Amino acid sequence: MDFKDYYQIMDVKKDASQDEIKRAYKKLARKYHPDVSKESNAEVRFKELGEAYQVLKDPEKRAAYDQLGKNWQAGQDFNPPPDWDAGFEFSGGDFAGDSAGYTDYSDFFESLFGHGFGSVHQGRQQGGYRARGEDHHAKVVIDLEDAYQGATRSIVLQAPELDSSGHVINKQRTLNVKIPKGVKQGQRIRLSGQGSPGMGGGPAGDLYLIIEFRPDSMFRVDGHDVYLDLPVTPWEAALGASVKVPTPVGPVDLKIAAGTPGGRKLRLKGRGIPASTPGDLYVITQITLPPADSDAAKALYQKMAQELAYNPRSKLGV
Amino acid sequence: MTQKILNGILLDEQTELSLHDLCVACSSSEQWIIELVEEGALEPVNLHTTSYQQTEWRFSADSLQKVHTAMRLQRDLSINLAGVALALDLLEEIEALETRLKCLK
Repeated sequence: MDFKDYYQIMDVKKDASQDEIKRAYKKLARKYHPDVSKESNAEVRFKELGEAYQVLKDPEKRAAYDQLGKNWQAGQDFNPPPDWDAGFEFSGGDFAGDSAGYTDYSDFFESLFGHGFGSVHQGRQQGGYRARGEDHHAKVVIDLEDAYQGATRSIVLQAPELDSSGHVINKQRTLNVKIPKGVKQGQRIRLSGQGSPGMGGGPAGDLYLIIEFRPDSMFRVDGHDVYLDLPVTPWEAALGASVKVPTPVGPVDLKIAAGTPGGRKLRLKGRGIPASTPGDLYVITQITLPPADSDAAKALYQKMAQELAYNPRSKLGV
Repeated sequence: MTQKILNGILLDEQTELSLHDLCVACSSSEQWIIELVEEGALEPVNLHTTSYQQTEWRFSADSLQKVHTAMRLQRDLSINLAGVALALDLLEEIEALETRLKCLK
């Protein structure tokens, strides 16, 4: 188990005042809150921060931690010395049970503050205590085709559970879940009763699956609508043509009107993600130039230049 | 190991929840949800169509995510409800802009 430097995590000096610690926490909590933050490791950072703050905001725990931390550095392999917390008065009960927000502490934290830090024990209530189990959230990555057609996904979940002797173990379980067609990016699927078991006969929590689309090299998605850049030749755009257009469920034919400019948005109604009101597929034309890499190609371009007398900059006054 | 395939409930705009459903799903009090509605952070789909009866309120299922976020914001950052409502609006706007940005890129 690695030693955690709570001062480093909170980006404060070792002699920071309680006010400074509070300010640092508030600032970093806003920065790393998983609902707000765009940082990739926000959740981990936020948990670490909450843990650090639980210790440093409490003068008693902080003093005990300081005493211990003098000889350690972040990342060092760490085992708490026996009776390390002897001599520190502690007013609460079993610490790990007293905060609803952060239940998922590091081993380091648990080894120090988890099981009756200090000598004053209150223990948890046993009889008559009934609580709904915690909800769990997990991300499911699907392909755009899956949203069109529906799919079944196996999801491996790791959840901390208490074993018979009361130790926290990470238990793995696999669920096969149907992903209905018509899901959108960010949408949730609720699986009732698949969260943590309840306590004292309380109902189990729910499992929420959050749908995330794997980025697609061709298609972009906005709600139920899907966007595609479609390269077309200058003559297709100028003369009109019928071209094949890929969709996530196979190609379709699209008529391009004569004189279609580049960047024109063509709507294929109902060809987006299916739903009670299905999304649309928007095809955005991109006129691509054939390379002038042969004498014949160069001659064709030169012929156009001579015969078309076209000035695309006439509106710019030049 | 063979396992049965679980069918969840897709929390989309078509699925509706009552005030009670929403409270159970979020482990929150009805009073708190009512306050969120009063703050304008959450709107029952039938707020304007029926008589103003809270027991008859119906919420579109994507409200659930909003309520969860609101709870976490209030709990973790100790912001008041007006602040939570503002944060929810801004988060929604950022998400919409980011999606548009991705489509334009």
